[in-house]
Amino acid sequence: MAIKAQYLGMPLDISELDGENLDYFRYCAAHDFRLQACTACGLLRYPPTTACPWCADPGARWAAVEGRGTVHSYTEVHHAIQPAFRDHVPYLVLLVDLDTQKGSPSADEALRVVGNLATADGVLAPPDLVRQVGIGTRVRLVFTDIAPGLALPQWTIDESARQPASPWRYPQEKV
Amino acid sequence: MATTGEIDATSPKFLRDKYAIVGIGETDYMRGSGKTTRALATWAVRNAIADAGLKPGDIDGMLSYQSGDSVFSPFVAGDLGIRLDFYMDVFGGGSSTEALVGMAMGVIEAGMCKTVVIFRAMNGYSQVRIGGTGARAAAPVSGDMLHSRAYGWQSAGQMFSPTFMRHMHDYGTRPEQVAAVKAVHSEHASNNPKAHYKERVTVAEVLASRIICKPLHLLDCCVETDNANAIIVTRAERARDGRHHPVLIRGVVGRCNKPRMDMHYQHGPISTVAGRYAREILWPNSGVGPEDIDVTGSYDAFTFTTMLQLEDYGFCKKGEGGQYVSDGTIRLGGRRPNNTSGGHLCEGYTHGINMVIENVRQLRHDADDSCPVGADGKRRHSYDYREGGCRQVKKAEITANLGWAMPGTGSAMVMRRG
Repeated sequence: MAIKAQYLGMPLDISELDGENLDYFRYCAAHDFRLQACTACGLLRYPPTTACPWCADPGARWAAVEGRGTVHSYTEVHHAIQPAFRDHVPYLVLLVDLDTQKGSPSADEALRVVGNLATADGVLAPPDLVRQVGIGTRVRLVFTDIAPGLALPQWTIDESARQPASPWRYPQEKV
Repeated sequence: MATTGEIDATSPKFLRDKYAIVGIGETDYMRGSGKTTRALATWAVRNAIADAGLKPGDIDGMLSYQSGDSVFSPFVAGDLGIRLDFYMDVFGGGSSTEALVGMAMGVIEAGMCKTVVIFRAMNGYSQVRIGGTGARAAAPVSGDMLHSRAYGWQSAGQMFSPTFMRHMHDYGTRPEQVAAVKAVHSEHASNNPKAHYKERVTVAEVLASRIICKPLHLLDCCVETDNANAIIVTRAERARDGRHHPVLIRGVVGRCNKPRMDMHYQHGPISTVAGRYAREILWPNSGVGPEDIDVTGSYDAFTFTTMLQLEDYGFCKKGEGGQYVSDGTIRLGGRRPNNTSGGHLCEGYTHGINMVIENVRQLRHDADDSCPVGADGKRRHSYDYREGGCRQVKKAEITANLGWAMPGTGSAMVMRRG
């Protein structure tokens, strides 16, 4: 069944035909992070696709994946485009290398999962947290609940992990 | 496996120098055109036809690109009384021009038509803004965008920035190095009477402008303008009868990609862009290498896009792009000037086609600067590149245009003076 929801003033629609995204976000709504695993070659993939990017096989099952990783790169947005994000600037968009399957099937590949930096309860992080995070920061997955069948996976600082002494941050700290 | 395939550049070399760009046309570069994209396109196409010394009836093919924000070919052709034997309007942005030149060569070679005009018309400031503000920000988020726009990750600057942030991390590239791209392009624009921004700015001014999204300051970002551009492609033997010195096409590569086109960041190194793949087609097809190029047109949606492409097409060693764009090489008077019109950062924004027009002018030795025009209609170039002066590159013989859609997709073309 199709999902129509609102998040930060944006309409989020998932078509009833979009089975891959319906499944992905339904697991997220249950706070259960799963990715498609190819039934032919076994590799995990992100974001959801209709066939395997490595072997083209259409078969997949939803495999539970540990939501821990390292920030690979990011942008820190000070000029928001969508109106509702303006109340949250600066906010971070993180590209996070999952620990799972990192460096596979080739050395420079990883499951790079997008998310904002959020608090543990899935709210966009305040400026003092934004300033702590850079390339190398260890993060863990949390969820922003939006509607039945729809939660967005997000990232928060992994308090239990050993953090780098100083993660790489853009050199100009002027705000 | 798809992600590790070797590049087989099979484009037939016998097409090298067999096609030419014989006409170029522009509207003004404006904010608030007060015209429809149909009127803008008609204006630019008429200018290109006149520039080529042709009549509308000489055009029998038309190609355009757009992203749901512009007129389609039949209306432009109809308005100009052109009956087409071939046309196609394709979806896309900055990687389109060079790709469509290749398509024009192909359809002419296939006998489908003889002379193709390629246009891009956009009210990029007053109607549909590329950054996604206005109507585009209000559209529902669905499908693949659930993994981008839902996170406030939407505009080109937001989407491209992780590439350059990682480049800085991997290679130590500095903000002031890429800010030099804006400073240099503003010098070029100050010698381009039709540029939207003609004022010279310094590296310090770029770095002092407000942050849009790190690593981009306001002045690292291109200008949004209303305008149309057109170019005309035909067989080289027809070009010999034209009004201008022929500009021949050596080789093209169109919309070449990194792996994982659905989300290119899945495949690293993410500090590498599509040029790393495109160069393996461009240089063999063109029969030249980076060292042979006199002028580049490396797409400047942002200061760093120019740098990333010059580096991955091999104009310098990997990781040394910051040095390359800040050591004087890309300035007028330097070893290999880039975007001598001022490019998208200063002249105006037409998704790459104006950078091709500029290089055609360079190869004609007829850059439309403020130098005096002689009795033969040609400018007497002074090669004095001070503000308000000349922008013609001395003895320009061969150019490279490097088009950019995003870090994962690019197009390119080498042209030479015939």
